[in-house]
Amino acid sequence: MKISVYRYNPDVDAKPYQQEFDIEFKQGMMLRDALMEVKRQDESFTFRHSCGEGVCGSDGVNVNGQNCLACVTSVADLKEPIVVRPFPGRPVIRDLVVDMSQFYKQYREVQPYLVRKDPMPEVEILQSPEDRDKLDGLYECILCGCCSTSCPSFWWNPDKFLGPAALLQSWRFLADSRDQMTDERLDALEGPYKLFRCHTIMNCTEACPKGLNPTKAIGHIKQLMLKKAI
Amino acid sequence: MALAKRRFDTLILGAGGAGLRAALQLSNADARVAVVSKVFPTRSHTVAAQGGVNAALANVVPDNWHWHMFDTVKGSDYLGDQDAIEFMCREAPKIVYELEHFGVPFSRLDTGHIYQRAFGGQSQNFGGAQAARTCAAADRTGHAILHSLYQQNIRSKTHFFDEFFALDLITDDEGAVLGALVLEIETGEPLLIEAKTTLIASGGCGQLFRTTTNAHINTGDGMAMVLRAGVPLEDMEFFQFHPTGIAGKGMLITEGARGEGGYLINKDGERFMERYAPNAKDLASRDVVSRAISTEVREGRGCGPDGDHVMLRLDHLGSDIVAKRLPGIRDTCKTFLHIDPVDTPIPVFPTAHYVMGGIPTDRHGRVVMPARHGPEEVVSGLYAAGECACVSVHGGNRLGGNSLLDILVFGRAAGEDIIGFLKENPNHRPINESSVDKAMARLKRWDQKGEGESVKEVRDDLKKVMENHCGVFRVEDVMAEGVNELVKIRERMANVRLSDTSRVFNTARIEALELENLVDIGMATMKSALVRQESRGAHSRMDFTERDDKNWLKHTLYFLEDDRIDFKPVRTKPLSVDSFPPKARVY
Repeated sequence: MKISVYRYNPDVDAKPYQQEFDIEFKQGMMLRDALMEVKRQDESFTFRHSCGEGVCGSDGVNVNGQNCLACVTSVADLKEPIVVRPFPGRPVIRDLVVDMSQFYKQYREVQPYLVRKDPMPEVEILQSPEDRDKLDGLYECILCGCCSTSCPSFWWNPDKFLGPAALLQSWRFLADSRDQMTDERLDALEGPYKLFRCHTIMNCTEACPKGLNPTKAIGHIKQLMLKKAI
Repeated sequence: MALAKRRFDTLILGAGGAGLRAALQLSNADARVAVVSKVFPTRSHTVAAQGGVNAALANVVPDNWHWHMFDTVKGSDYLGDQDAIEFMCREAPKIVYELEHFGVPFSRLDTGHIYQRAFGGQSQNFGGAQAARTCAAADRTGHAILHSLYQQNIRSKTHFFDEFFALDLITDDEGAVLGALVLEIETGEPLLIEAKTTLIASGGCGQLFRTTTNAHINTGDGMAMVLRAGVPLEDMEFFQFHPTGIAGKGMLITEGARGEGGYLINKDGERFMERYAPNAKDLASRDVVSRAISTEVREGRGCGPDGDHVMLRLDHLGSDIVAKRLPGIRDTCKTFLHIDPVDTPIPVFPTAHYVMGGIPTDRHGRVVMPARHGPEEVVSGLYAAGECACVSVHGGNRLGGNSLLDILVFGRAAGEDIIGFLKENPNHRPINESSVDKAMARLKRWDQKGEGESVKEVRDDLKKVMENHCGVFRVEDVMAEGVNELVKIRERMANVRLSDTSRVFNTARIEALELENLVDIGMATMKSALVRQESRGAHSRMDFTERDDKNWLKHTLYFLEDDRIDFKPVRTKPLSVDSFPPKARVY
């Protein structure tokens, strides 16, 4: 089986190139297994990975034009030739490793933590199962970056548009019955860029390896803003 | 170029649950904290914990911390230190409520309280009916906790060094620990972080084994670092094999699957746990269930064409329970096995999962070792918490749901103790330059060029040796041979060379440094296992099948220098209640 991977080491390469490797296909092989096989052949090949089961979010890559998490992507489902590239739109550090600092900055910008203004009870804050259900499809985000780095609005305005991952987290706290910072959260998203650069292209939702739907979350935030304005 | 330096009150190595919980305690007390992690914090392996965290909240059935303590002592096969266990079980409810206040999206009961599920080894009333003590966020509890802790640290403006690899501890002339030399992975540049206190929270070492539930990053870096600093590792022979890893692949299927009502069957469709644990059945503690599965397979009652696994049935639970309570493992089954556990049993086999042993600490997270004044003298400035540490609350076998609890209780306790230490020791102390040179040499060694073996060859052999010589069932001559094999691997390490010595994001170099760590920890494990001539908890000897409290109710200590073994007594006296004396362990 042939797999072509993006190579660029700033220490030695003047410019990036694709390199083809021949690897043996094994039943049940995941793209991460294939990339590890490439690294066995050439230890200078570099990519991030860790848990191997889709929970740590380390091994987001672009394969055949689609962002995905390598460890939960079955090689058998990929059309040959398999072409693996780093996430689009991010500065490449080396091979498949990109600089995600802008992505993390945007995450921090939405104040992704629960805020209570009331004194904390001595036990848990009560929450009904129905209210808790509203967090399903939101809290599971693993910050892999597949969504934001597949979003054209994020490509054009990475410094101004917060991107789907950060906005999904913003909604995760807006939707939490325990959180008491709704007004401040909404005020902070005002303006033409931070939230409203989303043009519902829905690449994010297609790319999410956890089956989450940032577009829908962004829609909820917009609705809530509208309600607040009226 | 001069070595770059930074100074902090506290350096924390590792950004999993223990490190982040400690960091939060310290940041909120206005201490200057640096958290160093070789991966972005939410990629730490706490993220993979599934089932939940134990606390006697009594939200579902009656419960109290004392019953939790009894279960933990019994689960540990009486090797756990009862002062630390009492402390942990008493703290547990407060710890969980705090987590909830931090935003953890726990599943909920109809009353609005935190959902709690049954887990292995749990009982009401000191060995009575099954308890429901494990607080859960579906089957993604570790993910929910790790992300919430990271989020709270963002709020508290903790200083993070993401993708920095710790090379070695820095000390002063008296051996006090004053920080660490770390490597910025992106640039390949070393950085000296000076700190008044250093907390090691670097997690476990499951990469010792070929089939493991552990992530690629679980290479025991902090544990190997303390070995090199002359500190021993405690009880390393106790390595937990989780009963239900996906057969041949290793992905974890939470004990919560059995807590929700799932059960194991052999090739005859027999619910075999009834024979091994008539009362607790599939919810006996992990060492018991893992041995039962291994025995079924060895005696020819395994499933599949090779008879090499058993089946976990969830198909009687209905799709609602599975979708609501076990959505993560359902995804895992679909992704890696192309089956839906709602209608098809899952092939499972015991899989390397968790190290009960580690860096010896007291219940304040302070690292202790035998020195001039007895077996537990504090190593000044050095703390450890989480899987890398051995308090010891797990003794010979850890109960499911006690690992998340351990990292949170003792991460927090270490943070608290450090706050006190900083008040009494407000100034930085001068470091010993030769300890910096030594740490630097560790890095420089991998610049050697030329012909040699590759990291992957040695790593593959190490894992094979550990699996073949130190697995679920152990025996003298096989382990003695294992030690010989490890000696050879150690010798081979000198001839390993990297073909890639470039600076930028060199993961080959990181893997080489990790392999060095694993080799030392492998030896600690094998040597400790060889010396303990009894069966206790997860340490199961075919040549010494019984527990021997007369000779072996004691902790093992392994020192790197000369591969020396020592022992220290178990703390059988709790803080305020009566001791639980060793009894026959029946489930």
